[in-house]
Amino acid sequence: MVKNNTKNKIEHDEIIKAESKNLNFFYADGTQALNNVTLPVYENKITALIGPSGCGKSTFLRCFNRMHDLYPGNRYDGQIFLQPDNTNILLPGVDPIEVRMRISMVFQKPNPFPKSIYENVAYGLRVRGESNKRRLDEKVEEALKGASLWNEVKDRLQDLAFNLSGGQQQRLCIARALATEPEIMLFDEPTSALDPIATMNIEELMSELKQKLSILIVTHNMQQAARISDYTAYMYLGKLVEFDATNQIFTNPSKKETEDYITGKFG
Amino acid sequence: MTPENDLIISPRLAKNFRRNLVERLIEFGLLCSGIVAIFITLAIVYVLVSEAIPFFEYVSIIEFLTDTVWTPNYSIKHYGILPLVSGTLTTTGIALIVAVPLGTITAIYLSEFASHKVREIIKPILELLVGVPTVVFGYFALMLVTPMLQKIYPDLTTFNMLGPGIVMGIMIVPYIASLAEDSMRAVPMSMREGAYAMGATRFQTAIRVITPAAISGIVAAYILAISRAVGETMIVAIAAGQQPNFTFNPVESAATITSYIVSVALGDLEHGGIGYQSIFAAGLTLLLMTLLINILGHMVRKKYAERY
Amino acid sequence: MATQKKAANGKDLDFIRRIITKHKRYDFMFASLGTLVIASLTITLLVLFLDLVIEGYPRFNLDFFSNFPSRRAARAGILSAWIGSSLVLLVTFFVAVPLGISAGVYLEEYAKKNWFSDLIEINVSNLAGVPSIIYGLLALGLFVYSFGLGQSILTAGLTLALLMLPIVIVSTREAIRAIPVHIREAAYAVGATKWQVCHNHVIQYSYGGILTGVIIGMARAIGETAPVITIGALTFIAFLPPSPIGLEPPFINFEWLNSGFTVLPIQMFNWISRPQHAFHINAAATGAVIIMLTLVMNGFAIKLRYNIRKKIKW
Repeated sequence: MVKNNTKNKIEHDEIIKAESKNLNFFYADGTQALNNVTLPVYENKITALIGPSGCGKSTFLRCFNRMHDLYPGNRYDGQIFLQPDNTNILLPGVDPIEVRMRISMVFQKPNPFPKSIYENVAYGLRVRGESNKRRLDEKVEEALKGASLWNEVKDRLQDLAFNLSGGQQQRLCIARALATEPEIMLFDEPTSALDPIATMNIEELMSELKQKLSILIVTHNMQQAARISDYTAYMYLGKLVEFDATNQIFTNPSKKETEDYITGKFG
Repeated sequence: MTPENDLIISPRLAKNFRRNLVERLIEFGLLCSGIVAIFITLAIVYVLVSEAIPFFEYVSIIEFLTDTVWTPNYSIKHYGILPLVSGTLTTTGIALIVAVPLGTITAIYLSEFASHKVREIIKPILELLVGVPTVVFGYFALMLVTPMLQKIYPDLTTFNMLGPGIVMGIMIVPYIASLAEDSMRAVPMSMREGAYAMGATRFQTAIRVITPAAISGIVAAYILAISRAVGETMIVAIAAGQQPNFTFNPVESAATITSYIVSVALGDLEHGGIGYQSIFAAGLTLLLMTLLINILGHMVRKKYAERY
Repeated sequence: MATQKKAANGKDLDFIRRIITKHKRYDFMFASLGTLVIASLTITLLVLFLDLVIEGYPRFNLDFFSNFPSRRAARAGILSAWIGSSLVLLVTFFVAVPLGISAGVYLEEYAKKNWFSDLIEINVSNLAGVPSIIYGLLALGLFVYSFGLGQSILTAGLTLALLMLPIVIVSTREAIRAIPVHIREAAYAVGATKWQVCHNHVIQYSYGGILTGVIIGMARAIGETAPVITIGALTFIAFLPPSPIGLEPPFINFEWLNSGFTVLPIQMFNWISRPQHAFHINAAATGAVIIMLTLVMNGFAIKLRYNIRKKIKW
């Protein structure tokens, strides 16, 4: 719960881009995966979610782009407010498609479509009705540049995406997510399937990206969280245990459970 | 800051009416395609029953089920279904005697003995056998198998139940082999390893371990084969003669339910006449038989299904 | 001491060796039996095919394909039969394929797991086990008389389409199921609607599997005789249905749908049912044509499926 970081919040001058309030989540079989989670996502900052396996961080992340809607029987209870609309995106009257057009996601295992590199990036634009070839070309190039992939693929845009290496594929997925100019990007353990060099590339990329948008990242790699994030949330068994500025959490956590986890005594 | 009324939805996030309408229409269109399957079943039942009802108003059920002569199109009319049923059962029986051993042996061999290369060649061959049209099998029965049988038993008439029965068996072997083999291959390697580790041979493992584990799939394969044999038309129409004959003697000629329907359809059908209705009564009997067999198969599979 | 070795548990080692040899013999016998059975099946397929080709050889000339059936066996040909088959299959294809794919897509992508979708599924698997002649009776009562479509190409095409439907539905579903979840999720995450995901991704990726099922279904439809006889296809026709493509506008007409017709397997059945040996030769030749068609189509489908399995890289 957010009890003891109120003073930190007041000290910062951060703009809230999105925040969850009293969010509970129930899977179709009745298990409660999230318990009363209240957490802000600040604009132009990277917020990391850490915690042991099964603590609900991926579940939490997927609430932001209504991914759980794809599987019937899941139930949200609580709110996630998106600014500047001031709207709870979990309301039934909100169109999940609209949400996903503004909040995009990069998955754990790179999952490019079995199509060409160009088509992968262009798909999001086509889905929005963009069909003008010149505009598509421009935006695809912009997205690939934004994902630091342009130079490596500019001569083979029609090649199949599968021919790229793992790290390149993941950057392609980032380009795909960037092409639609999202306001928030969700990263679900994006480097866990990649080698260290590819991981480094993507971490650098994320630091650049945060200038344009807000990032919420789930990671089981604490060092990664410490390296790149501005704010970190520690979750356990579906509850938010502690949320604070990253350097605070890793040097001087307020709660013993957090400290145990971070020092490796637990998890 | 959170609004006082937290049910406000900004226009940028609200549902898009037009897009939703298109999606709904598409979903409805696809749903209609899905429902077609239900309609077909209903239509089959409706047509068979509604055309058979006038038949049963004219012919009593008792006579239908017990009379041993079937001559709806002759001057002296008899309406006993038993000759057709006996023909169906005899040919099916002969087919099973051929197909069950051959199919099971093939399945066990492919699953437990054959090398990967052999499987890669034989499985497609089995599939090709499944694709051979039944008219061709009927030709085979009449022109090749019966003459061969006549060499062994010279008194055999041209039209008999043995030839088509054997050929039906050959036709069914790939069905049994395929399904039984799939079922056996689904048994996890860990069970096999357990047997081999104790010094069992492939044959022992196959018979003592794999077959019992896969029994539900194997029996389901047999039942599917029965269903297929009961419903088979052209092989018997060509090679068994088309005279209804209440007998279980394979060397005699006979008609099955299916070959009767074909023989009537080949002639002139007076729409609404008793001859026309008799084929629906026969069809209804056939449908009930295959339905029962399929339900039996389903129940057997559920009861003996192994959970690994 | 050297003559009788004992194993640790006291059993005679020779005794054990004898048992192992005996078991190995059974093993070998069964393996031989299996090989024999499989060889016989393969040979049967070959014999069947060769017999048709050899018996029907006298008729393998262009006349056979361009003549109508006639009372003189030597002059009888399969013109009306193969044209009839082609036209009927045209109808079958255009009915069964869209309907089957739509139903498969609905069941896999849209249907919620409730009693209703279960009902549809049970029906589909049930229909796959219904004898083909029952479809013929259905068509006779429904299409020929109730709907008044008559004993026409349209009726035959619809009947065979009903027969083919479960095959197309099942292969569509299996092909769609092979698509991994994470590709679907990626598409949704980019903001695609359900239908966009279906037709931009799902159907495109399952294309090969669906095609395999369609080919197998069509091969089956070519050889189906019983239902087509039941609806009253004629067995001796010396005319052709009106051509769908004409020389004057509007260039395409649909009169052929209402025409009487015959198909290849029925022609074969008709000839084999006659006592004269000369007609049996015709039947053999027709059989050779049919079996070549079905073997080629099925072979193609098998190869296609094999290629797809090798190529998939999710």
